[in-house]
Amino acid sequence: MTPAPFGARLDDVVVRFGAQRRLTMDGTAVKDEAGTALDGVTLDLRPGVITGVLGRNGAGKSTLLTLLAAFNRPTEGRVRVGAGDLLEDPWENPWVTANVQLVRESGDLMDDERVAETLKYYADLRPYWDADLAARLLDTFEVNPRKKPTALSRGKRSAVGATIGLASRAPLTILDEVYLGMDAPTRYAFYDEILADYAEHPRTILLSSHLVEEVERLFEDVVVLHRGKVLLAEPAEDMQSRGFSLTGPVAAVEELARGRRELHRQRLGATVQVTIEGAPDDGTAAAARAAGVELGSLPLQDLFVRLTQPEPASRTEVRR
Amino acid sequence: MFDGPEPIYVQIAQMIRAQVLAGELAEEEQVMSTTQFATTFRINPATAAKAFAGLVDEGVLYKRRGLGMFVAPGARERLLDQHRKAYFDDVLGPALAQADLLGIPTDDLVAYVLGTDRRKSGGPTTHTEES
Repeated sequence: MTPAPFGARLDDVVVRFGAQRRLTMDGTAVKDEAGTALDGVTLDLRPGVITGVLGRNGAGKSTLLTLLAAFNRPTEGRVRVGAGDLLEDPWENPWVTANVQLVRESGDLMDDERVAETLKYYADLRPYWDADLAARLLDTFEVNPRKKPTALSRGKRSAVGATIGLASRAPLTILDEVYLGMDAPTRYAFYDEILADYAEHPRTILLSSHLVEEVERLFEDVVVLHRGKVLLAEPAEDMQSRGFSLTGPVAAVEELARGRRELHRQRLGATVQVTIEGAPDDGTAAAARAAGVELGSLPLQDLFVRLTQPEPASRTEVRR
Repeated sequence: MFDGPEPIYVQIAQMIRAQVLAGELAEEEQVMSTTQFATTFRINPATAAKAFAGLVDEGVLYKRRGLGMFVAPGARERLLDQHRKAYFDDVLGPALAQADLLGIPTDDLVAYVLGTDRRKSGGPTTHTEES
């Protein structure tokens, strides 16, 4: 049985950390300034799609994701999670928390018990848990469930987290930098398992990662956070159409790129690859072909780096 | 795979059309499922599904309930027909425009097409079927 996938909505959400109320000598309360993790986030997360949550370190990704799983509460604003039109506040809400599986980078494993015990715990917690899938995934990732997490390498611990995320079959599954420490073959095996299981059992999956190039094609929607704000939230396809790349002889590429905004430039001998912002003109494709220049897609990574670059240094760094 | 500037679903559709045209995918033959497509090329299944939906609208593929996607009868013939029409606009037109730009006389072009151009090389006529 496949349950209805969960969506989520955030309205003007602010999360501040470390705010403290204290009494002064004269008895009045003052509030000390605090760090702001999310700063007015309004966002719709579509049910039933794989959404990429991208952002640099400290952008607020993990804070956002913990709100959805009710690990945390907003300082201001409203968070709602649920299926169809029925969206509820996740905080201390058994229906939401049972159906939302957040896997954090730490894995949230029971360190002094065998991996099998942690899996049992999640099996009890998650109404749609698939024990066969969990066993098969551990086998794929070559994790011995009789071992304790402390006896596992970083990558294997992450693989256990990935297993929990997938086997939960939760209507909202959140994978927050779950790939840490995994070697490349394991990461690709993980991506393949996500796609295969998602195709068979459609649900909402949020995936945050710094390895943008590896995961960009997994996404149907993309959210980019920067300094606690939403920079972009749109279908990956729209995001891809925000630019294109030109690869070929320097002079020819230069000619085609003239007057356009460059996102990235990479040079290899006489060949240069330039990433351009905006859609190609009508004549660009033909002109490129005639000049021996290859027209390519926009690497999401380039757009992401550009969008989240600190302002002042951007020009020199991009132009080099 | 699928590194062109167009959206990935457009490139997938192009690939399948090309396979049908080349006869690699025969009529009534089953094509990969969206799941197989997604895992083979590591793309979102929705991307593959969008490509398939477009090809169904075009009449290249059709859906058999519960079984999957199959190449429609007559799909190759229809694609050939479309591509033949497009050939003049998309391929030959620009090539002739380029020839004009380079000042190549029409006679030379005709001679080339007919394979009777012996003046330059002086050697035996080379067949240029592949270009």
